Amino acid sequence: MPFRSLSDIKSQLDAGETTAVDVAKLYLDRIKAHNGDLNAFVHIDPPHVLAQAEASDAYRAKHAARPLEGLPIAVKDIFCTLDGPTRCCSNILEGFEAPYDAHVITLLKEAGAVLVGKTNMDEFAMGSSNETSAFGGCKNPWNTDCIPGGSSGGSAVAVAAGLTPAALGTDTGGSIRQPAALTGLVGLKPTYGRVSRRGIIAFASSLDQAGPMTRTVKDTAMITAVLSSHDSADSTSVVDAPSFDWLKACDAKDMKGLRIGKPKEYFIDGMDAKVRQLVEDALKQCEALGAEIVDISLPHTEYAVAAYYVIASSEASTNLSRYDGVRFGHRCDNPEDLEDMYARTRDEGFGSEVKRRILTGAFALSSGYYDAYYLKAQQVRTLISQDFKAAFEQVDVIATPTSPIPAFKSGEKTNDPLTMYLADIFTIAVNLAGLPGLSQPCGFVDGLPVGLQWLAPAWREDKILHAASAYEGATDWHTKSPFGFEPKQAGGNV
Amino acid sequence: MDIDVKKIANLSRIRLTQSEADELAPQLNSILGYIDKLSEVNTDGVAPTAHPHDVAMPQRADIATNPDRRDALQKVAPRTESGLYVVPKVIE
Repeated sequence: MPFRSLSDIKSQLDAGETTAVDVAKLYLDRIKAHNGDLNAFVHIDPPHVLAQAEASDAYRAKHAARPLEGLPIAVKDIFCTLDGPTRCCSNILEGFEAPYDAHVITLLKEAGAVLVGKTNMDEFAMGSSNETSAFGGCKNPWNTDCIPGGSSGGSAVAVAAGLTPAALGTDTGGSIRQPAALTGLVGLKPTYGRVSRRGIIAFASSLDQAGPMTRTVKDTAMITAVLSSHDSADSTSVVDAPSFDWLKACDAKDMKGLRIGKPKEYFIDGMDAKVRQLVEDALKQCEALGAEIVDISLPHTEYAVAAYYVIASSEASTNLSRYDGVRFGHRCDNPEDLEDMYARTRDEGFGSEVKRRILTGAFALSSGYYDAYYLKAQQVRTLISQDFKAAFEQVDVIATPTSPIPAFKSGEKTNDPLTMYLADIFTIAVNLAGLPGLSQPCGFVDGLPVGLQWLAPAWREDKILHAASAYEGATDWHTKSPFGFEPKQAGGNV
Repeated sequence: MDIDVKKIANLSRIRLTQSEADELAPQLNSILGYIDKLSEVNTDGVAPTAHPHDVAMPQRADIATNPDRRDALQKVAPRTESGLYVVPKVIE
């Protein structure tokens, strides 16, 4: 059971072979056994989890099952939840309990899901290794000396170690796809505007999107189908977003007629040669499944990281101005005056990476530098979008590596922020262009998972699901589980 | 170009100790040095992108939907009194 897919658990529940309470108990036991070492969850309330499962079983006894009836789903600590604390893994939100649910939390509850708990993350989602969390880092179950990626690191670890069958993350520059790649999972960043951002603690408002992290492509489709819904209280939630049958899009068995773009800027010197080889091999397999591989170019790719750090940091410096010690969160002791209260509250509450981003953003927006940095970055953003538009006139989807390297050792990049930023080199352009992107496992380097990334035009997640399902059907990478996390009882389903 | 860390920290309302400022200065300069790469790109006549899709802002009916939740919202504040947020004295 712990490494079964969400859809397999759903089948067992639908067939009456198990109950939501039994499923919840199994995962709560797994969390109890492994979370102390992995640090994937930062908040867990077992009686509350069981109460939700009991309510789901009671609902099922009287009504037709809802789309996610009785299925356990963990959520990143960035989602506001009425139940329990919401900290965004920051000390500035110590003691904060959200007075409302994020819209996507409401959607999950209405679909019958059982919310398992809050998962670890980089503070305010700023990081690529989960090491900036106020609760400390979490460990990659494939090699516990390594980071799981970030910022949705806890969600990745929780699913990869079989502590929950699925989790939600958020992705501003790769924060769903990169940890999914580094832990052997499927992770989708939907098209910007498909999923409501209301109640998700804001990092960079023009880039942030929530999405699922699961073991299979179909599981990702099942959850995204529930999340994809207009929210009239989020002005960036698009009305009448183009949709399709999410589960049917996963029925593809081959890639006949599919044109896959292979951008030369994503297969470069300096990336791990074994990672590159695995992605090249995956593309050969796609060709065998009937796809045509087309060499393409996205010429402004090398400027994406620079444009991203200006735009994301600028938006963050603005969004994080709300943490001022007045309405919620931490306030310093005995402030001398209002200015002293703001400045000391923020110095005490924010960690060093968050401070670096706020300062970078404040600089880029400051008088005399706005045109050279912020405006320039927004213009480069336009050019990056145009690159994709031109490419999608030639191809249906684009395939790339998700990360240039597999999971790295804890502490290896913490002293050099710029090197850490370059870990997101292949995921960032997608956020700038607002496009959907999915990572799925495509092999291992020295026992560590490697991710294959699929990109499609805005609103065409169906094309991604088609390609990813066909590839998954022809491979068994998604069925692998990390050593040491198998169920303890003999005869358990792995 | 060297960033004036103390000035930017003041604009950001973050009080940095001297040792924090000393540690951040080279890091920020290296990040900005990397960002300067953007100046290589010719952006003459290119419109800036603020929102990734070319869509109009949606509108909805002008109906008040928010209930009065002052107590719930103020429960999480560091200090309140009579339904108001309390901050240090601003005017002498």
